[in-house]
Amino acid sequence: MIEAIFGQYTISVLIFSGIWAVLTLSLNILTGYAGQVSLGHAAFFGIGAYTSALLTTRYGWHFLPAFIGAMLITAVVGGFLGLPSLRVRHDFLVLATMGINFVVVGVFKYTEFFGGSMGIINIRKPVLFGIVLSGEKFLVLVLAYLAFTVWLSYYIARTWAGLAFNAIRADEEAAEAMGVSVPRFKIYAFIISSALAGGAGSLYAHFLGSIFPDHFAFAESIAILSMLVFGGLGTIRGALLGAMVLKALPEYLRIVGDYRYTIYGGILVLMMLFQPMGIIGDGSWLWKKWQEWRKK
Amino acid sequence: MKGLLITEKLTKYFGGLKAVDGVNIEVGEGELVGLIGPNGAGKTTLFNLISGFLKPTIGRILFRGQEIQGLPPHRIAALGIGRTFQIPKPFADLSVLDNVLVAYGHPFYHSIKAFNSRYRMPKFVAIVEEILEKTGLLPYANARAGDLPIGLKRQLEIARALALNPSLLLLDEPATGLVYEEMLQLLGLIRSLNAEGITIILVEHNMPFAMKLCERIIVMAHGQVIAEGTPEEVRRNPKVIEAYLGHKDYA
Repeated sequence: MIEAIFGQYTISVLIFSGIWAVLTLSLNILTGYAGQVSLGHAAFFGIGAYTSALLTTRYGWHFLPAFIGAMLITAVVGGFLGLPSLRVRHDFLVLATMGINFVVVGVFKYTEFFGGSMGIINIRKPVLFGIVLSGEKFLVLVLAYLAFTVWLSYYIARTWAGLAFNAIRADEEAAEAMGVSVPRFKIYAFIISSALAGGAGSLYAHFLGSIFPDHFAFAESIAILSMLVFGGLGTIRGALLGAMVLKALPEYLRIVGDYRYTIYGGILVLMMLFQPMGIIGDGSWLWKKWQEWRKK
Repeated sequence: MKGLLITEKLTKYFGGLKAVDGVNIEVGEGELVGLIGPNGAGKTTLFNLISGFLKPTIGRILFRGQEIQGLPPHRIAALGIGRTFQIPKPFADLSVLDNVLVAYGHPFYHSIKAFNSRYRMPKFVAIVEEILEKTGLLPYANARAGDLPIGLKRQLEIARALALNPSLLLLDEPATGLVYEEMLQLLGLIRSLNAEGITIILVEHNMPFAMKLCERIIVMAHGQVIAEGTPEEVRRNPKVIEAYLGHKDYA
């Protein structure tokens, strides 16, 4: 249907936007909710992609168990890699997560098990209930996963755990004094955030058919963070908008595409200077106007 | 009288500095005790030891007979020891209501249960609104906590600590920065909380305030307890006069 009207290219752009929307939302749980700024989110994306790719190509798993396996393995690794957050805060944590990204990509690149710099190729399209998911059928799969991620984000924000995340973001010491086990909730945030990113990695691997270490490099972490900051840190609508705009736009504007990482970096700087709450985040200029207008 | 809180030889070194040095105190159930002393006497360090933010170098802390030294702060909070901070630490971008809800939710934070229940349930909100009413914060329930003036931020510190349903309340200079009327309100609030059965230890710089409020005063200087007794006894104690000599706060 969509394919007939808009063509194969648009389907691909929508699929990428959907995957990056999940990545942005998953980072939002860690950074927007729990306040743990990570510059290494692409590492978890990569761990999910490699897990799923290896399980299907090398061990002959079907897509669904490999997808779930990717989420579980990324969750476990995310929980461990979240341990530095228990010792360091703020800018030191940012540096530590950045280091993690380089280490993970390094392992992919220089370990034979992970295919080295040749990556992993011949990853098959997912098959669910005997149907090969390609084109718009794959898009439906991505949108279903995105819908799950949006639902989970809303759900968590309303629970005691969501409130505990907010408290940690605002003031760790006060949160402890109020009975919040700060280490426990930081690790929860890392686990949930990484698991979701791992699922996104699995989808990415099966859509592209081949993955290489550089897909998950530090620059991609910056891209995900700038999408979140652009839309509005801490909000679901902001994360969605940021991913949609900043992932889809460079695909259509060729000239923009060539300089995309320059633009991601530039956006981070400009947003921090002029609209730190993002385009439609809480307290942003546009969102305030919208709320005033809605009250009338 | 059985001690609700007992410290035994409680000592904290920071490098070579003895911030708290062999402190033995006992606070009974239902007491309202003032903890005073000149700047740098170790009062806040003592609070940080009791509430778990610092681990003692030597010594024990017993709460209801159970050793609590070295436990993390959230465990101590859940045991029923609420504290306020000298410099208020509100969750700035959360509403006043949510600030207090964070503390009210403490039984949920020890397991995966935290993900099972929504926090803004009417039954939870109703109880927190009672606490806001008691602390005069109800009109500001939906205000952003970071926007409150200092007086209300101090009230919020107390409101959050109360939401832990504490049996012991540690108040760290709650009267600092308050205007006279606010101070009177605070005086009334502390008295009524104590009358409800909450044991209170109050660190205070404002001597008349502490003297008016507390039936027993503990005086610290240089990390040690130098005197203890009724306000009248403490006022006459030569050691206390010496510790405060030349200090303008001593009236």
